[in-house]
Amino acid sequence: MIAHSIFFYFFSIIAVVSAIMVTVSKNTVHSVFFLILDFISISCLFIMIGAEFLGMMMLIVYVGAVAVLFLFVVMMLNVAQQKNQWFASEESSKHIPVGLIISILIFFELIIVIGGWKYKPDLFDLNNSITNASVNNTQSLGQVLYTDYIHVFQISGMILLVAMIGAIVLTFRKREGVKTQSYLKQISRERSEGVEVLDVETNKGVKIDD
Amino acid sequence: MDNMEYLNIIFQEIYKILLLLVPVLVSVAIIVWLDRRVWAFVQKRQGPNVVGPFGLLQSLADALKYVFKEIIIPSSSNKVIFILAPIVTMTLALIAWAVIPFSATQVLADINVGILYLFAVSSLGVYGIIMGGWASNSKYPFLGAIRSAAQMVSYEVSIGVIIINVLLCVGSLNLNDIVVAQKNLWFIIPLFPMFVIFFISALAETNRPPFDLPEAEAELVAGYQTEYSGMMYAMFWLGEYANILLMCAMGAILFLGGWLSPIEIYPFTLVPGALWLIFKILLLFILFALVKAIVPRYRYDQLMRLGWKVFLPLSLIWVVLTASYLFYFNLLPTN
Repeated sequence: MIAHSIFFYFFSIIAVVSAIMVTVSKNTVHSVFFLILDFISISCLFIMIGAEFLGMMMLIVYVGAVAVLFLFVVMMLNVAQQKNQWFASEESSKHIPVGLIISILIFFELIIVIGGWKYKPDLFDLNNSITNASVNNTQSLGQVLYTDYIHVFQISGMILLVAMIGAIVLTFRKREGVKTQSYLKQISRERSEGVEVLDVETNKGVKIDD
Repeated sequence: MDNMEYLNIIFQEIYKILLLLVPVLVSVAIIVWLDRRVWAFVQKRQGPNVVGPFGLLQSLADALKYVFKEIIIPSSSNKVIFILAPIVTMTLALIAWAVIPFSATQVLADINVGILYLFAVSSLGVYGIIMGGWASNSKYPFLGAIRSAAQMVSYEVSIGVIIINVLLCVGSLNLNDIVVAQKNLWFIIPLFPMFVIFFISALAETNRPPFDLPEAEAELVAGYQTEYSGMMYAMFWLGEYANILLMCAMGAILFLGGWLSPIEIYPFTLVPGALWLIFKILLLFILFALVKAIVPRYRYDQLMRLGWKVFLPLSLIWVVLTASYLFYFNLLPTN
C-alpha cells in the first residue's frame, strides 16, 4: 500500500499545483498547458481507483480533443497581450465581486456534497448501484448508459446535437467573393476538354485564346 | 514484503522495459533505412547503400551526425516548451508500445482498456507538434503546427469510429482479446473497407505523405521542425517513425490478426507469434513507404473534405451495418 499512497500523493500534488498554475500563470498558452497536465494527472488518479475506462476517456476527450481546440483558439487570438491590457485597466476590478460570489457558491456546494457524504454515508452507496462488481467497469458503464437508461442517454445526445446545429446556424454566414474549387468539376474533367492537338504551321504560329 | 522484493520487482520491470524499448529504437533506425530504400527503388534509384551492408547502418551514421551537431535555441523562442516538444513527441511514441502484445503472454502491460490506451496516446501525439510550432515563435513552424492540429484531430475521429467497428466484433477492449477473436477470420476480410480507411487515416495521423501538409517543404520550409537542429531534430524524427511503426502495429492487431499465424498448420505454428507480428508490421510499413513514393501531396481543403465528409460518414454507416448484421444473425459477442 505504501507504493499506492506514494503514487496517489504524487499525482494529486501535481493536479493541485497545476490547477493553481492555470489561474496564476500570466501567459495564456502556459495556462492551457498546465490545464493539460492537470487533466493527465486526474486521469492517472482515475486509473488508480480502478476506473480505467473513465481515465482513458478523460485522456481521449479532454486532452486529445478539447484541450487541442483550447490551444488552437488561444494561440490564434493572441490573448496574452489583450489580457495584460485588460488587467492594467480599471474595468477589471469591477468584475471582482461577481467572481467572488461565484467562487464562494462553488466552495459551499462542494462542502455540502462532501459533508452530506460524510453525514449520511449510505446515501450514495456504491453497493446500491445496479451494477455488480464482477464485470469490469467498461461493461458496467455500458450496462447503465445503453441498457438501463438508454432513453435518457439518447435524449441528452439529441440535446447536444441540437445545441451544435444551433451554434453552427447562428454563426454561419455566406461570404461573398470567396473562390472555391468544386472537386466534382475537377474530377470529371476529361482529356478532350483540357488538351487540344493542333498542327502548327511554320512561321505562322497558333492563336490560342479564342 | 520487504525492500529487497520491491527492488527485485522494479529491476525486473526495468529489464522488461529495456527489452522492449531497445528493439523498438533499433527497428526505428532500420525502418528509416527501409523507407528510403523503398522510396528509391520506386524511383529507380539506389538509395542509401554505402554505410554497412546494403547501407543498413546509414541511420546510425545519421544519428551520430545529429548528436555532434550544435543545438540551436532561437533567442525569441519559449525555451522550456521549445525543449519539451521533441521530448514529448519521443516519449509518447515510445510509451504506447507498453500495451502491444507480441504473443499471448509477451506483453508488458496486459490492461483491460489496451485499445483505448493506444488511441489516447496517439491522440496526445499532436501536442509535441503544437508545442514545437508555437514555442519556435516563427511563422512557418506556427502554420505547420496549426495545420497538423486540425489534421490530426479530424482523422482521429474516423480512427475512433473504425476502432468501434472492430470492438463490436470482439466485445472487449483488451488487445490480446482482439487478437484471439480473429483466430478463425482476420477482421480484414469482413471489414475490408474499414481497413482501407484506417490505413489512409493512419497516414494522415502520422503526417506521412500524401498528407504531410504540416511539413510541406514547398510551402512551409520544414513546418514545425524548421527551428530545430541537432539532437532535438533527431528526436522529432525518431518519434515520428516510432509513431508510424505504432500505427502499423495497431493496424496489424486490429485487422491482420496480430501475433496469430495466417494458417494454423504445422510449419507455420512453429514460428513464434512475435515474428508474425513483426512481419505484419513490416508489410504495412512497406505499404506506407510505397504510398509515399507513388502519391502526390494533397491540397489542404481536399484533406479536410476527405476526413470529415467522406471517412467519417462512411465509417459511421459501417458501424450501423456491422451492428445490425451482428444483431440480426445473433453473432454479438457475449462475455
